[in-house]
Amino acid sequence: MRANRVLLLLVLAGLAATPSLAFLTVAANRLVSGVSVGFAALPRGEGAAILLPAALLILASVLPRRRATHLLVVIAAAAFLLLLVRLAGVEAARLAAAAPPAVRISLGAGFWVLLLLAALALGDAIRRLELPRWAGAMVGAAVVAGFLMLLLSGVLDALGIVHEYAARRDVFAAAVLRHALMVALALLPTLLIGLPLGILARRRPAVAAWLFPLLNIVQTIPSIALFGLLLAPLSALARLFPALAALGIGGIGLLPAVIALFLYALLPVVRDSADGLAGVSPAALEAGRGLGMTPRQLLWRVELPLALPVLLAGLRVATLQAIGLAAVAALIGAGGLGAIMFQGLFADALDLVLLGVVPIVLMALAVNALFDLAIAYADRVPR
Amino acid sequence: MIELEHVSKRYGATTVVEDVSFTVAAGEFCVLIGSSGAGKSTTLKMINRLIPQSAGTIRVGGRDIRELEPAALRRRIGYVIQSIGLFPHWTVARNVAAVPELIGWAAARSLARAAALLEQLKLPPGEFLEKYPHQLSIGQQQRVGIARALAADPDILLMDEPFGALDPITREVLQAEIAEIQRANRKAVVFVTHDMEEALRLASRIVVMDRGRLVQVGTPLELLTAPASAFVRDFVGSDDLGIKLLGVATVAERLRSAASAPGEPIAVTASLRQALSRMVAEGVDRLGVIDGAGKPIGAIHLADLLRR
Repeated sequence: MRANRVLLLLVLAGLAATPSLAFLTVAANRLVSGVSVGFAALPRGEGAAILLPAALLILASVLPRRRATHLLVVIAAAAFLLLLVRLAGVEAARLAAAAPPAVRISLGAGFWVLLLLAALALGDAIRRLELPRWAGAMVGAAVVAGFLMLLLSGVLDALGIVHEYAARRDVFAAAVLRHALMVALALLPTLLIGLPLGILARRRPAVAAWLFPLLNIVQTIPSIALFGLLLAPLSALARLFPALAALGIGGIGLLPAVIALFLYALLPVVRDSADGLAGVSPAALEAGRGLGMTPRQLLWRVELPLALPVLLAGLRVATLQAIGLAAVAALIGAGGLGAIMFQGLFADALDLVLLGVVPIVLMALAVNALFDLAIAYADRVPR
Repeated sequence: MIELEHVSKRYGATTVVEDVSFTVAAGEFCVLIGSSGAGKSTTLKMINRLIPQSAGTIRVGGRDIRELEPAALRRRIGYVIQSIGLFPHWTVARNVAAVPELIGWAAARSLARAAALLEQLKLPPGEFLEKYPHQLSIGQQQRVGIARALAADPDILLMDEPFGALDPITREVLQAEIAEIQRANRKAVVFVTHDMEEALRLASRIVVMDRGRLVQVGTPLELLTAPASAFVRDFVGSDDLGIKLLGVATVAERLRSAASAPGEPIAVTASLRQALSRMVAEGVDRLGVIDGAGKPIGAIHLADLLRR
């Protein structure tokens, strides 16, 4: 049996990236650019623990593809991820202790590359183990839990991104909630309107003939342009009816953001609910009708349950898209994590950008994992 | 039980069923036969309103079906199709209990009924109730399909080429079982097929259709001995007519009750065709005959097979 070539490639990429890229950067303050600190110089003392999983991953990349090898990779890659983060925190604290208070220690390109490669190796090994989906999600949850424990233990306090968080603790929590609220507010009407539209499109080809081109056009409009398009009619509305303006309805703010996210989310939900219904076995439909199910009973008992996996796949795309696009909505004053991200961008403070971006990525990963579980459950009986 | 009067079905300018009239009484096994496109499936589906008729009147249990709620009508009529159409996301138990659930039976009663029907269709309930359709063979799936159609004990059973997708052995076993169920419960069955052997084996009456029209209605024997047209004669098949005739009559009809014969006896319910087959295979000209309890009741001679 041959070795796992994906893992071999990831290990080689890691070995190539390690000596040349900065692991951490040290800057005199948060606005000037920093000096690189390479990875090769770092692992010593307790930080040397990371060399063990690194060695195991290198070893596993030349071992035959067996379950034991994949299991070894899962354990080694998870340990490597957590020790990598810990190493960054420990080294940042050491560097900060020897420097003036204004010094900023940021995560460098080398850190991110190694983090990404280890995460890919972990995902690849989990896939090859062919674990049940919930088991894969449990490994992911364990890594995230380990990461949160590192964060709460204070080991990471010297990192720039944690500094930025400490300075904006209240704003940050509110931004996360606002971001989630924006996504939820957009998805609720998406489901309430998108699902019936999908059913209608499936029943009436004439409706599908104009609905899908229209929704496709909406998808091609860049998000900023769509916000712009909504600005004029909504502010006109607010001017005409001051009562609406008092409710917070206007060209900027939460409402236009939610409307735009809703419009983008419609296509995947409508398309996949129509596709899901189209995939329902015609024999089951004929039998259901022939046994005396009313159209409504047929829809709820047969069509929707059988279309559910495809429908959930569409909802997953819609949700992930909304989480990402909600960041851009900060530009029209909708708030959320995008507000932190843009604040960082405009101030050229990379750690602040990351404080906005990292939670968005984590939110997307968590939602993705939840949908994986839901789809696996809905699809547990082969059809 | 079922009456069709001058029923037609048109799609635009195309007529698929034209002026068809026949009745099916309780306890009657009516087979609709014809080549593909003859309109037999359409005729069947008009009876439970899956396809609305364009003209004529259909009565079920004396009521014009257009006066009945389609869903309510269909719940009183068992329906079995060639593609089976079990609900893949439901267990066998829930599939069989589909109609009882629709008409509001208590869960325990539905489950007991499902178990009893599976037992009757030779699927041990303990093993099959909690299985999903994809875990069953095609033959087992169609057994579940038949159990589902019988669940609410309908007086009428509509079967649209139910055994068309089965292998020959499974098909014969299921034919025997459906014949048994129909006799025991005096159901009115309308059964669509294009297989003449199947029609002759099952039918008490055969309705032959050709290009949307009804060509002949009669018993299997009438069809074989007095075909109404050249089409029916060709369709029935004339080269093995004698064998077919023997196939639609039983030993009971030619029994010599006072006689006896040596060797392995034959059941009185067997067809004359089976009796001939045994005689030829065993090189004898007479067989002893036994009744259902295995008691000798007479004999049958080769010459008896030729009697009209």
